[in-house]
Amino acid sequence: MASNSVPAAPAGYTRTAVALHWLIALLIICGFALGWVMTDIPGFTPTKPKYFSWHKWIGVTVFALAIVRVLWRATHVPPRLPADMPAVQRIGAHAVHVLLYVLMLAIPVTGYLYSSASNVPVVYLGIVPLPRLIDPDPVLKETFKTLHVILNYVLLSLVVLHVLAVVKHQVLDRDGLLSRMLPFAK
Amino acid sequence: MKDPMKKSFSRSMVAAFAAVSLVASSAALADVDLSKSKVSAISKQMNVPTEGVFKKFSAQIKFDPAKAAQGSAQVSIDVGSFDIGDKMYNDQVAGKEWFDVKTHPAATFVSTAIAPAGGNKYNVTGKLTIKGKTQTLTVPVTVTQSGATQTFDGVLPIKRSVFNVGTGEWKDTSVVADDVQIKFHIVATK
Repeated sequence: MASNSVPAAPAGYTRTAVALHWLIALLIICGFALGWVMTDIPGFTPTKPKYFSWHKWIGVTVFALAIVRVLWRATHVPPRLPADMPAVQRIGAHAVHVLLYVLMLAIPVTGYLYSSASNVPVVYLGIVPLPRLIDPDPVLKETFKTLHVILNYVLLSLVVLHVLAVVKHQVLDRDGLLSRMLPFAK
Repeated sequence: MKDPMKKSFSRSMVAAFAAVSLVASSAALADVDLSKSKVSAISKQMNVPTEGVFKKFSAQIKFDPAKAAQGSAQVSIDVGSFDIGDKMYNDQVAGKEWFDVKTHPAATFVSTAIAPAGGNKYNVTGKLTIKGKTQTLTVPVTVTQSGATQTFDGVLPIKRSVFNVGTGEWKDTSVVADDVQIKFHIVATK
């Protein structure tokens, strides 16, 4: 299997990788749902600033965890894809994974810049004031807002693809790919 | 999702009003340069400081550092001019639960005593009225004199609950804090 120069690929992801995957997945789902709901609240109610704050705290957390995750990925050999997987599917899987990493970083960044441009600083967990990266700017505000929203729809599409691929591997291919990423299936 | 990320992020709502006092003794009434002056209110919403500006206000200030005690200041703020950067929120703040602009269009500060506090600092005591509620308080003011121009700077901490600003579900101060700072920078020319 593995040549002498390349470390052997493990059978599954490490506990760290599995924990990061599911934690980030959960946070993204919560952040996305909050973003969806909070922007549809009419007028100004006490719920609104609460949801916006939680949404931003989640975004900051996802960003930090995504950096840890990218570092993990850069320093570990991931488990191999099934040997009989066609080249097109391999390329597709890698492309989706790379884009997911990019969005895990880019979406919080665009949201943060949108907040900065709107002159609303982010106070992480209501405790730690984070620096405002750019000055208030009504034009940039709209730009980052649009970008933030578009990237979220791209993320939604990719997550759907990601999950459909899991279903395909489980149901059609029956190659047990999912078990590599399940926390208790080792 | 029709209009995601609508409006801007939450902004603050808060209370605010006036403050400044100073005045002057025998000195003639100074003309306040509104274009260079600024009165704003900083509140904390989920611990995020948010500043709103009162676009319209008027002030009558008489102040001579040599006769500080004889100075006087009156400031009247058009609370309907409060701008926190978003029309929807501005309209909300003008409503009954916050400023109730229709019933109480102005917030006022009228000085009753001015005491030197060392250097170019003065403690100005006066009556602050917001939304029909009056509180006597003292604000430290820094006075900078340059030629015929006097500049008055200070920050007045108040509690919005004292003035009934933010009623109903907003009484809960866990989202919008009770503590509000009224910040003023008043430029006057004799």
